[in-house]
Amino acid sequence: MELRPIFATLRKHRIPAILIVLEIALACAVLCNAVFMISLRVGQMHLPNAIDERGISLITVNGADPKLAGSDIPRDLAALRGIAGVTAAAASNTVPLSTNNIGWSFGTSPDTTLSTQHTLNMSMYFVGEGADQALGLKLLQGRFFTNDEYADSKLGSGVLPGIHVAVLTKNAADRMWPGQSALGKTFYSKPNFYQVIGVVANVMRPWVGDEEHAYNAVYFPLAPDGMTSGYIVRSAPEDRERILQQAEQILQKLNPSAVVKGRTFTDIRNRFFADTNSMAWMLALVCVVMLAVTAFGIVGLTSFWVAQRRRQIGVRRAVGATRGDILRYFQTENFLLAGLGIVLGMALAYGFNLFLMRHYELPRLPGIYLPAGALALWVIGQLAVLGPALRASNVPPVVATRAA
Amino acid sequence: MFGYYLDLAVRSFRRNRVLTALMVLALALGIGATITTLTILRLLSGDPLPQKSAQLFYPQLDPSPMDGYVAGQTKPPAIMTWPDAMNLLRAHRARYQAAMAPLQARIVPQRANQPPYFADGVMTTADFFPMFDVPFQYGGGWTAGDDDSHAAVAVISGALNQRLFGGENSVGKTLRIEDHDFRIIGVLKPWSPQPMFYSVAQSGRNYGDGTSIFLPLQTARANLMSPSGDIECYAAITDIQHLETAPCEWLAVWVQLDTPAAVADYKRFLDGYVHQQIALGRLKRPDNSLLSLMGVLREQQVVPDDVRLQVYLAFGFLLICVVNTVGLLLAKCLRRSGEIGVRRALGATRRAVFAQFMVEAGIVGMAGGVLGLVFAELGLWAIRHQPAQYASLAHLDIGMFAFTFVVALTASLIAGLLPAWRACLLAPAPQLKAS
Repeated sequence: MELRPIFATLRKHRIPAILIVLEIALACAVLCNAVFMISLRVGQMHLPNAIDERGISLITVNGADPKLAGSDIPRDLAALRGIAGVTAAAASNTVPLSTNNIGWSFGTSPDTTLSTQHTLNMSMYFVGEGADQALGLKLLQGRFFTNDEYADSKLGSGVLPGIHVAVLTKNAADRMWPGQSALGKTFYSKPNFYQVIGVVANVMRPWVGDEEHAYNAVYFPLAPDGMTSGYIVRSAPEDRERILQQAEQILQKLNPSAVVKGRTFTDIRNRFFADTNSMAWMLALVCVVMLAVTAFGIVGLTSFWVAQRRRQIGVRRAVGATRGDILRYFQTENFLLAGLGIVLGMALAYGFNLFLMRHYELPRLPGIYLPAGALALWVIGQLAVLGPALRASNVPPVVATRAA
Repeated sequence: MFGYYLDLAVRSFRRNRVLTALMVLALALGIGATITTLTILRLLSGDPLPQKSAQLFYPQLDPSPMDGYVAGQTKPPAIMTWPDAMNLLRAHRARYQAAMAPLQARIVPQRANQPPYFADGVMTTADFFPMFDVPFQYGGGWTAGDDDSHAAVAVISGALNQRLFGGENSVGKTLRIEDHDFRIIGVLKPWSPQPMFYSVAQSGRNYGDGTSIFLPLQTARANLMSPSGDIECYAAITDIQHLETAPCEWLAVWVQLDTPAAVADYKRFLDGYVHQQIALGRLKRPDNSLLSLMGVLREQQVVPDDVRLQVYLAFGFLLICVVNTVGLLLAKCLRRSGEIGVRRALGATRRAVFAQFMVEAGIVGMAGGVLGLVFAELGLWAIRHQPAQYASLAHLDIGMFAFTFVVALTASLIAGLLPAWRACLLAPAPQLKAS
């Protein structure tokens, strides 16, 4: 295909050409960054979480007398286990993504204190007997707690439990002792120390800041205590709603002065990611509408110059150009304009990303987004130009002979 | 002349219905997105207490040990320990000073068969009410004497009063909170600063109905009520119940300073206090700060990054829409070169042609603005149905309403400049000949 006539006409219609290029460039810049931001958010929402998410619910009982926890909690658990369909139930202070977080810093050296540098901040899960089954935790190494360990572990008025055993998530274990097995090792926060007796597959924290630290968590056994005011109930997914209702009623009756509230884990997850989710949808909506607007702009401008060049097209047809030639002419023209816009758009996309990296701690735009964005805009350009180009190819040669 | 241009514009719109509709639609989408995101940004970055915010300040100091300290780089924590908060309060160096911590208070309704529920509360000291200009419907706040004598008194919000007592004057009645009886001494008029700035350092950005229960700090603590916000500990603790002696920060202190001189004075006092405590061996780090209310909101990043990103994106989108409108307007007006030629030949000046096309662009802009408003309302409606805390506050106000038209008109006139300029440059003769 001869490109020279295209360049010659484009030079005559410089302003519309520049506008198309500009529109594609802007669309390319916004599209690449928006799709990247969507992917970051979708990635966040799909981080793996090694518990039985679809089968568990959490029921909190707040405001019961903590002094009676030792008798209340076993009684409540027995009632919960009595509900038809409940396969496991256990007490816990919190569950992943519930935003109810207690973080503490631990180190590998015996004189580690809370304010020491080089400690690992971990979310603490205080769990009662049976929590591993209730959550569906996946043990990778070692063992979970024994009945004695649960019974002997008390908080008293402190924050850390008195017993010296703990289970870590895989990530926390790897961070604490890179390249070594964590099993049997000890970690500290003066004056407390804990031996790692088990490692479980990565479970998310109750509050996830950034992905890098999403899994730093530790499990401690705990005898019934005012702290463990939540009950994890596991069942078949389809039984959850019914069980939740029954459980709320039963627990409210058993604890009349407490505030009883139940939620499925799906609910907890949805609430945690609500903002992330709506941001992703809003970005997707902007992308779609933006591409539509860009496409309509191309249709409008191309229609205009097809109308303007009817005579020229007629002449070309009269001297032997086929319909296909005319069609290809406009498509090539759009391909060239889009290409120019994409080159400019990539520079813009990169600049926009640099700005976001500096001010909003966004990661660098991966290279793959640029060719993908380019391809998308080329396709949209070709689709948008198709209509006007077909109309151009339908211009009969006889137009050449008429006065314009 | 304006009427004539208007007439011409309407005629031209009729001739190119699809093109015009596309222009208006694109512009409206851009404007709708921009106004929606800007409304949210304005809502979130607003001043929670406009009449008073300039006089409210937030002292901060650092009780952590020297380990890990980098001079000039380590920022003091956002909240304070009990001893420091009490020392600052007792010094009485500001017009008003109050310490506070958020609280989840369990209320047991007196009526039978009603399950107990949690209400958002704050435990604070007497100056809270005059310092924040809290408006009372019945009764009033408590005194410094009530603070010291651990009086079992409570102030409740109008909404809670409505819920519990049907809105009648409940001053003197008893309310059971966390299994303790409190005597109601005040009922507020509707009062809900957005965000709830006074506990922003402990419980993050908080929008909505505001606090419903206010209890004297010392009384609440004597009844072992725990703060529901952030508790930061800087050393091993043995007793989390007794936060007064624990090495933990959990209180916010606010002070009212009326003049710049008072602010400078207070900062000097704060420096002096920190040095005195260092000399006594209680504190180690010299850093301290005294931020203004709006400064605290910035420091605490009350406006989420996502909201700013949305605004940038919306403006990028609006820019695309404007470029698109430039293109379409240009296409339209160049198609009418014949008409322009005739007008020019009949004596219309370049200025007249220019004005005509600007009027046309303006009309597109106004139409885009009206439709954009519809889109903005739609966008805000969608946001109101999101689970975000601020969702219910997402409404278009008069200012934004007017601003929509300013944006629409500006965008369309900028878009119209190039086509109008091209049109008025057309020489009359060749156009007449061509047609």
